[in-house]
Amino acid sequence: MALSRLSSRSTGISRPFSAAFSRFLSTDTTPITIETSLPFTAHLCDPPSRSVESSSQELLTFYRTMALMRRMEIAADSLYKAKLIRGFCHLYDGQEAVAIGMEAAITKKDAIITAYRDHCLFLGRGGSLHEVFSELMGRQDGCSKGKGGSMHFYKKESSFYGGHGIVGAQVPLGVGIAFAQKYSKDEAVTFTMYGDGAANQGQLFEALNIAALWDLPAILVCENNHYGMGTAEWRAAKSPSYYKRGDYVPGLKVDGMDAFAVKQACKFAKDHALEKGPIILEMDTYRYHGHSMSDPGSTYRTRDEISGVRQERDPIERIKKLVLSHDIATEKELKDMEKEIRKEVDDAIAKAKDCPMPEPSELFTNVYVKGYGTESFGPDRKEVKAALP
Amino acid sequence: MAALLGRFGRKLVSPGSSHGARRVSTTVCESETVKSLNLYSAINQALRIALETDPRSYVFGEDVGFGGVFRCTTGLAERFGKNRVFNTPLCEQGIVGFGIGLAAMGNRAIVEIQFADYIYPAFDQIVNEAAKFRYRSGNQFNCGGLTIRAPYGAVGHGGHYHSQSPEAFFCHVPGIKVVIPRSPQEAKGLLLSCIRDPNPVVFFEPKWLYRQAVEEVPEHDYMIPLSEAEVIREGNDITLVGWGAQLTIMEQACLDAEKEGISCELIDLKTLLPWDKETVEASVKKTGRLLISHEAPVTGGFGAEISATILERCFLKLEAPVSRVCGLDTPFPLVFEPFYMPTKNKILDAIKSTVNY
Repeated sequence: MALSRLSSRSTGISRPFSAAFSRFLSTDTTPITIETSLPFTAHLCDPPSRSVESSSQELLTFYRTMALMRRMEIAADSLYKAKLIRGFCHLYDGQEAVAIGMEAAITKKDAIITAYRDHCLFLGRGGSLHEVFSELMGRQDGCSKGKGGSMHFYKKESSFYGGHGIVGAQVPLGVGIAFAQKYSKDEAVTFTMYGDGAANQGQLFEALNIAALWDLPAILVCENNHYGMGTAEWRAAKSPSYYKRGDYVPGLKVDGMDAFAVKQACKFAKDHALEKGPIILEMDTYRYHGHSMSDPGSTYRTRDEISGVRQERDPIERIKKLVLSHDIATEKELKDMEKEIRKEVDDAIAKAKDCPMPEPSELFTNVYVKGYGTESFGPDRKEVKAALP
Repeated sequence: MAALLGRFGRKLVSPGSSHGARRVSTTVCESETVKSLNLYSAINQALRIALETDPRSYVFGEDVGFGGVFRCTTGLAERFGKNRVFNTPLCEQGIVGFGIGLAAMGNRAIVEIQFADYIYPAFDQIVNEAAKFRYRSGNQFNCGGLTIRAPYGAVGHGGHYHSQSPEAFFCHVPGIKVVIPRSPQEAKGLLLSCIRDPNPVVFFEPKWLYRQAVEEVPEHDYMIPLSEAEVIREGNDITLVGWGAQLTIMEQACLDAEKEGISCELIDLKTLLPWDKETVEASVKKTGRLLISHEAPVTGGFGAEISATILERCFLKLEAPVSRVCGLDTPFPLVFEPFYMPTKNKILDAIKSTVNY
């Protein structure tokens, strides 16, 4: 009945999970209108309406994907503590609404580029759990062949440009991608993401100026989780109104914990960027974990604050309430969904654990274009002695 | 590993012993107290002394207020106040530029760059502004009070952006000094010298040793001279030159080589720019062989400069080509770190092949 009206192009991320929908009754695409929790605050532009068009299917997809992202991040936390993930690991839980809302408003031709908190964005772009966990644990099947690690996820087919370690450095790159899109008349835009800490980098303003000068379809998204590592935003920035920092570039402040607000804002931004040029979106969001796994996250903010946000503004809880109030699914069905998700994540981890590490020869590949590679000399400078067991 | 490092550290402190022509000994008087400290505590002490002795010195950088990500600045903000120890926003170029300006007004600006991997946005400021200030103003102005501290080097799991060794880039810039300590006691003395040196200095701290290296560090105010290398182990068959955390690895290789009858002389360069050519030259003239080891990639690394200079000065005395056991010519890898690093066995192999050339 309702299944026949299943639209396959809905949100772009539902494909791997569509099998689960067959169990649920309300998977139709009849429109539901959701009001965003807060109005948008605009700078140099007219804010979009607070009423967002959605559907039962979209609501359920949002819920499921965000729950999956949340579960994935928590699992990564345990894996890191078990020393299966080495290096640095920056978790996104709390901020899932930004990834989901953005995906819902755009296509895979639109590019996303971000800093190192990229696991959920990668998943949103169509990455699989297996690729995520393999890359985190440094295995061959990882999206970057195990050579990148947590901070360097990429997906070329979905125009996901990763995954960058140096904060702020990805913003000029994003503007460059936007230029290419405009030049090739792709009708696509680039979402260049950065944090409130990186918002004080000089290169950001350089990139912004260029984007505005040449009317590039670049959307600068500041994921403001209010702490640059351990430094609160008011201690690092004279003006924490990051959406206004563009000065001559319009901006919009969005409640980043409300997936529908994010979706509306990204849709608005895409239309704006294609027509008029750059725009800044400030997502007011929050991360539950510390900056990275090496940071407990409680030395610079109180536990009350963290639990307060979790209670009042948690993005998944919000969607859950909407799903329940619109009778799209029952509590039990959602709980079953969560159990399924848990199993899915556990299976992916088990599969990733079985995956081998990259070959030692991979140490030397892709430094340059193939054929112009580098050689490593052994200590006597005569032969390569870097082959190891 | 910590125990070995501890032993290594304490062995070097042996007071009163004098080796070689240019050995610098920091003799510890009977009345002076020493305390067992790790590297970050030693640096913390040095900063404390610097701030105490000069009221116009300031420590700033990202997150230094609460103690810094490596705890090097713990307690300083509480002790000296937020006007002297303060956080900056996330902008390396701005931080260093700001430091240069402060220093130009006669203050001691002690800048912390959170990881040496992040120093590149500030590269222009260091190379074009700091290094050339005195020169281009005909000595009217200078930013000698500037000291930039950054943790560098591999840490076991740092990956591409938390493990780099960028010292070679800075050694190519006349006008600044580059200093790298090997242990807590050295770090304290060298850092105080850098802060008080009337030239801008870039001070790289081996982050692997922040907690791992523990040593008896004198509690008083002492300085270790810059541009003086130290022969930390005497030998006759081959000279090994290194700096920072790599010396620990080289020391282990020397011990293994000794079991095979090769006597190694190990030199800690300490200051890379300007470096102590005389000490290394004297040593190579004695042994006839040279091996340099550093974590940074081999091509264009600082070992190349040492090799070229020694070749000029000791050509006829050399029994074998200068050997460089360094990081590979790839970006600093993530899972492949054990293969990339110049390990003890690679050094040992090189020692043997150089001696048997």
